[in-house]
Amino acid sequence: MLELLWLIPAMPFAGFLVLATAGKKLSRTGAAVIGAGSAGVSALISLIVAFSFISSPPAGNSYSQVLWEWVNTGGLSLSISFYLDALSVIMVLVVSVVGFLIHLYSTGFMARDDGYSRFFSYMNLFVGSMLTLVLAGNLLLLFLGWEGVGLCSYLLIGFWYRETQNGYAALKAFIVTRIGDTAMAIGLFLLFYNLGTLDIQQAMGLAKANWPVGSGIAIAAAALLLGGALGKSAQLPLQTWLPDAMAGPTPVSALIHAATMVTAGVYLIARTHVLFTLAPPVQSAVAIIGAATLLVAGFSALAQHDIKRVLAYSTISQIGYMFLALGVGAWSAAIFHFMTHAFFKALLFLGAGVVIQGLNEEHDMFRMGGLRKEMPATFWSFLIGAASLSALPLVTAGFYSKDLVLWDVWSSRTGGNWLWAAGLLGALLTSIYSFRMVFLTFYGEKKTPVTRTPGPVMLIPVIALAALSAVGGFVEIPGTMGNVPLFSGFLETALPKMVFSGVPESELISQIIAAILSVGGIYVAYFFWLALPEYARDFTKHPAGSALHRFLFSGWGFDWLYARLFVRPYVWAARVNKRDVIDLFYSGIALINRLSHYALSATQTGKVRWYVMVLGFGAFITITIVVFT
Amino acid sequence: MIFSVPMEEGLVLAWVLFVTGLVGVIVRRDIIFILMSIEIMLNAAGLAFVIAGARWAQPDGQVMFIFIMAMAAAEVSVGLALVLQLYYRRKTLDVDSASGMKG
Repeated sequence: MLELLWLIPAMPFAGFLVLATAGKKLSRTGAAVIGAGSAGVSALISLIVAFSFISSPPAGNSYSQVLWEWVNTGGLSLSISFYLDALSVIMVLVVSVVGFLIHLYSTGFMARDDGYSRFFSYMNLFVGSMLTLVLAGNLLLLFLGWEGVGLCSYLLIGFWYRETQNGYAALKAFIVTRIGDTAMAIGLFLLFYNLGTLDIQQAMGLAKANWPVGSGIAIAAAALLLGGALGKSAQLPLQTWLPDAMAGPTPVSALIHAATMVTAGVYLIARTHVLFTLAPPVQSAVAIIGAATLLVAGFSALAQHDIKRVLAYSTISQIGYMFLALGVGAWSAAIFHFMTHAFFKALLFLGAGVVIQGLNEEHDMFRMGGLRKEMPATFWSFLIGAASLSALPLVTAGFYSKDLVLWDVWSSRTGGNWLWAAGLLGALLTSIYSFRMVFLTFYGEKKTPVTRTPGPVMLIPVIALAALSAVGGFVEIPGTMGNVPLFSGFLETALPKMVFSGVPESELISQIIAAILSVGGIYVAYFFWLALPEYARDFTKHPAGSALHRFLFSGWGFDWLYARLFVRPYVWAARVNKRDVIDLFYSGIALINRLSHYALSATQTGKVRWYVMVLGFGAFITITIVVFT
Repeated sequence: MIFSVPMEEGLVLAWVLFVTGLVGVIVRRDIIFILMSIEIMLNAAGLAFVIAGARWAQPDGQVMFIFIMAMAAAEVSVGLALVLQLYYRRKTLDVDSASGMKG
């Protein structure tokens, strides 16, 4: 059944083509059926393929499908080929299943919106590109998918293009990720130049055989790829675009800016893990960037008012965990956290979408409240999502993945106490901001009346994701509770095992501390935003508190800093250089041409006698030259 | 050799004729005179051919002169047609009035 592999990305692309060409003629139902249907068929096929891959693993635990030759010139030979191994099985499953659920939700969410078929065509293009990205057999095809998802992200952030702000947010996302993509493209050139191939498995094999650990070339290549991953996954210092990306419709935030696209960086690093293992300094940088990002974003999430911005910062923070895990070589833990994160974060976004739409486009959590009774299904689902995000012990998927990450970070040879402590602090922050969100939105007094309740097409995906967020973690039971490493066992056919430091730290200690922090965070949130909200209010009124609040609200002032460091100097230079300096050369050539044209046309007097005289003079000179030389 | 003109003298005469024609073309504004001056120049060239042919005792020079005469006749017929056209359009024979192709 593995031959069906190509259909997985082909279905959404076909849906995109139909919607893009005939979208205007289709009815709303037609557009929804094609849009969600193609994603659904793709999800179904990926389930079949994954089932057949797991039940009867192909030789070498990988399957590769070459469709046709793409480029063959000057030593560069590339084909449109898909590569399936344990890593891509997980990625494809998550992308297509979560993608389908979000498509289903969108049929309800966007029901009253103009541009219904346009929305689904972009969404389908996104899913197709994302699936191409995770299945690509060579780095150029991966890059194609990578840019494809970037394009869709741009199109969908600016989906409501009539508001200028949305257009700017889309541009910001596109430009900031482009910085990373440029680094990544250079990295690809470097790899091709030095290894002569872009096929991922071949290139990794060659790199392992030819480059010693810590060699300059490996470090350069890994660092450049990391640049791409940082941009796409919104990690420090390129994280500023993600909070603004919330300008797009909420299903877009759920699909692209939480569950799938922003984790492409994690996938890229896991896919090219050989390179990162060859470059220990870069790998440590990945861990440190991850730890720093999860703290910066975690603190920022505490001060946000807009429910979607809380979730955006939370996404940045959780991807920080994945980077932290990748950085210490805990590849499986990173992918495990990616999977559970895709479930619960998509759930939280979809829940937030229900709330926002129910309250007539109200984004401010301080004007929500008391929705527990009004929207019970949404409330319980959202609660499960928030609990999973805060890694509430035992019953949530987030617990298992985050614990695995924390334990691996602590016990890895390249990890250590500091990174572990950062992760723990992040866990505390996570549970505070998650439950701050829950308490402000669903508890307390009712502040805004509910005008719209979600239909079944919106609730079914939410409930399905809630179920996944609750039980999705049971595929990996830690050593302290029975040790069922299904997930990591499966992934270890594609990714290497983590190297333990050998110091006998107890996993139980890590788990107990994380559990205490998780529950403690919920209590802190309860205390400050439900039981005694005056404390939080007084805190923000105090000058120092209000300065801190503003600092965190603006996301540690990165936008402010970048505006001064890059945007303003650039705008200034553009203004100074309005008449392009380099252009002077070209307009100079044009000017010389024009002047000589005037000079020559002045000789064309239209007077025959003048022509004769010039002719005679010319003949005289010519003859003189001929005779006397 | 019954009668002979030294080549140098003949060529000087041809040169004088040619320059006379050229000056005529340049200074005259009346198109009829210009055509006549061109005829003089053509004849100067023809004379030079004939003299050269006589100098080398070859018939080629005279052959060329006949060619030049034929060409001159053709040129005059076209030229006179142009003169008529010019006169019809501008009511003048001044060539300087026909400067519509000025750059």
